[in-house]
Amino acid sequence: MCIARFCAALGAVALMSVAFPMSAFEVEERHHFPAIAGDEVLRIISTADEDAFEPIIRAYQAQNPAVAVDYTIASSTEVMRAIYDEGAAFDLVISSAMDLQTKLANDGFALAYTSAQTATLPDWAIWRDQVFAFTQEPAVLVVSEAFFAEIGVPKNRRDLINLLRRESAWFQGRVGTYDVRTSGLGYLFATQDSRNIESYWRLTELMGGLNSPLYCCSSDMIRDVASGKLAFAYNVLGSYAASRLPETKGFHIVELEDFTSVMLRTVLVPVGVENQPAAHRMIDFLVTMKDRPDLVAASGLPPVDEAALDANTAMRPIRLGPGLLVFLDRLKRDRFLENWENSIVQD
Amino acid sequence: MKGLIAKGSIRRRLVLQLGAVAAILSIAFFLVVQVVADRAAQDTQDNIIAAAATAIADALYADRDRVMLELPYSAFSMLGSISQDRVFYRVVERGQTLTGYDDLPIADSGVSKNTRRFASFTYRGEMVRAVTVVRSVSLRDERRAVTVTVAQTQRGRAVISSRITATATAIAAVFFMVATGLSFWAAQAALRPINRVARSVARRGPNDLRPVVGETPTELVPLVGALNSFIARLRVSLLRSEEFIADAAHRVRTPLATVRAQAELTHRRLNKPEHKKAIREMIRAIDESSRSAGQLLDHAMVTFRTDSLEKTPVDLVGLLAETCDRLAPTADLKDIDILRDFPEGPFEIQGDPVLIQSALRNILDNAIKYSPDDSQITVRAFEDDGFWLQVRDQGRGFGDADLGKLSQRFSRGANVADIVGSGLGLTIADEVVGAHFGRLVISKNKKGTGACVSLVFAQP
Repeated sequence: MCIARFCAALGAVALMSVAFPMSAFEVEERHHFPAIAGDEVLRIISTADEDAFEPIIRAYQAQNPAVAVDYTIASSTEVMRAIYDEGAAFDLVISSAMDLQTKLANDGFALAYTSAQTATLPDWAIWRDQVFAFTQEPAVLVVSEAFFAEIGVPKNRRDLINLLRRESAWFQGRVGTYDVRTSGLGYLFATQDSRNIESYWRLTELMGGLNSPLYCCSSDMIRDVASGKLAFAYNVLGSYAASRLPETKGFHIVELEDFTSVMLRTVLVPVGVENQPAAHRMIDFLVTMKDRPDLVAASGLPPVDEAALDANTAMRPIRLGPGLLVFLDRLKRDRFLENWENSIVQD
Repeated sequence: MKGLIAKGSIRRRLVLQLGAVAAILSIAFFLVVQVVADRAAQDTQDNIIAAAATAIADALYADRDRVMLELPYSAFSMLGSISQDRVFYRVVERGQTLTGYDDLPIADSGVSKNTRRFASFTYRGEMVRAVTVVRSVSLRDERRAVTVTVAQTQRGRAVISSRITATATAIAAVFFMVATGLSFWAAQAALRPINRVARSVARRGPNDLRPVVGETPTELVPLVGALNSFIARLRVSLLRSEEFIADAAHRVRTPLATVRAQAELTHRRLNKPEHKKAIREMIRAIDESSRSAGQLLDHAMVTFRTDSLEKTPVDLVGLLAETCDRLAPTADLKDIDILRDFPEGPFEIQGDPVLIQSALRNILDNAIKYSPDDSQITVRAFEDDGFWLQVRDQGRGFGDADLGKLSQRFSRGANVADIVGSGLGLTIADEVVGAHFGRLVISKNKKGTGACVSLVFAQP
């Protein structure tokens, strides 16, 4: 009896490991959008919230009624672990971590795809015909309306540094930024800043001197700026802040005029793809989102648009390619984090 | 041209051979460019990955008792700026991977400081080009050799290479087409002297036995030389036979005259009509023989004189009138009227009067010979795109004979078997007008029967 139960349990375990062979990576949420008519499945693993992606998936299904969409949300590092280490079976990988997406493609985990739609992308929005950018989301300054009601909002980092120096008492504990040790996006923005801006380390030192609180995510920073707990937050994901503007009062968005890193949200087809035609149709759908203003508004994801970048020369899209692999190097990362900790964490 | 088989064309052979050479050169050019292009693209990639590896090696440093590395951003961004190729790297110190891809093969055997080693191999499913450099790092009192390997896939190289190959293909194609066109031209130019010699030989008249002179390409000198010696032999042989004929005719004519004189004397002395008739027959036969001998002599003279034509001003009408005068007694014997229809002025050309008179005499003599007794011969001179000297009789004409063949030597009309003749008269006339660049026109008499022969000379 006991042995029989044990065997049954063993069987169940075996069955489960067959059914969910890659359950080791951490899933935040899983959503299923049933097909309107038909039995195809498109399995997407993504870092984007369901709020942002639901309208896109619905619109895609309107064009592809036979496809059910399985939408799995995980953090960028978990997405990486799922595809890179565990070979999880997904048809599409959508991530804001450009560096990790590049590494997936570089190390041979992505398949190439070309179509008339992907050909419309600018050169900087596509790498090896494997990584396709479909949004451009700047890193912005989110400032408290109450706090800056009387003084002018700094327009560039020099003004920002001068302001922090001059009014250091005011800003004690009231400047927020990403904890780059835990946030992949924060790390991406920080490393790009360190590469492009002379004063990045000075700014970091200053923020450390002000005992600035560190955040995991854009949403928390926006909440604290809106409530007046923070005077401003540095390097917040602009698209996210913009999507919060209608419902959250008390803050506004500043794009710094000297230099603004622009993150590109990218999509790729992993080698474990099963429903390739549906995945390709989704890529075509995503890269032409510029032509669907309704979806842009509903998702809050600004599409790739070269004209918008030409209009503001301070906007620099982070370049896809092997350069992004540099900051993923173990030694380089350790060294960067050590420097960062030394600058910002002051006991 | 019977027996001469035209087989193969020098021109076609030249064009084909030159075309084949052009094709071989084009293909050789294409292959060489492809190899060079591939090599150049490889060198370019080698230089870039070597620069990246060197940049990484330069960023190695000692931190307390460890070798550390701060990977320079530029090392990889420069690899990414050239092409969208995958990049792999590995840094190894004492067999331990310091950072990078653990499974990237490193070929560090034989690599010492300041040298680098390139290798091509398959890594992660794609062909990569790799470079390995070694750098020593001092740790306290110890020097550690650190190996840096950078590998890159070869998509960019393939793109460069294929672009150059496309250009090379286009150039080779254009080269081939131009070379083929030029080979047509070259064949044409090479054959021009041959054509010139061939044309100058083909253009000669049937009696032109002068040697071929003028510019001759060295290669054709033996052929033309052989042809000239052949012509010379032919000429000598022809002259010899003409001389022989003239000699024979001359030797025959003189005794004939003696025989005729004796026959006439005898004729007068004889009384019996049947004897007189026999002697008359004899005299007639002697006359014909003597006439033929005269024609043979005339012909030999014509052949000789046309070889070196002497040109003096000649009045054709005057010559014609003189000939009529001379032959009038012969015509009278047969009661033939010679009607003259001459214009006022003279027809003057450059030519040999002796030859022309000989031609006219032969024609008129023919007309008299073949005309029936008591008939008329019309002799006309008129202008009609040239000077026409025409003799028309009321004789039996040429029957069904081929008019074109009548002027050939010893050729006679089919209907004259009963009249003694050599068949040389028209030949002489034809050769004379030919030597004066004129022509002989033979036609049937439009008014009834009879023959109409015209000598046509070009107006100066």
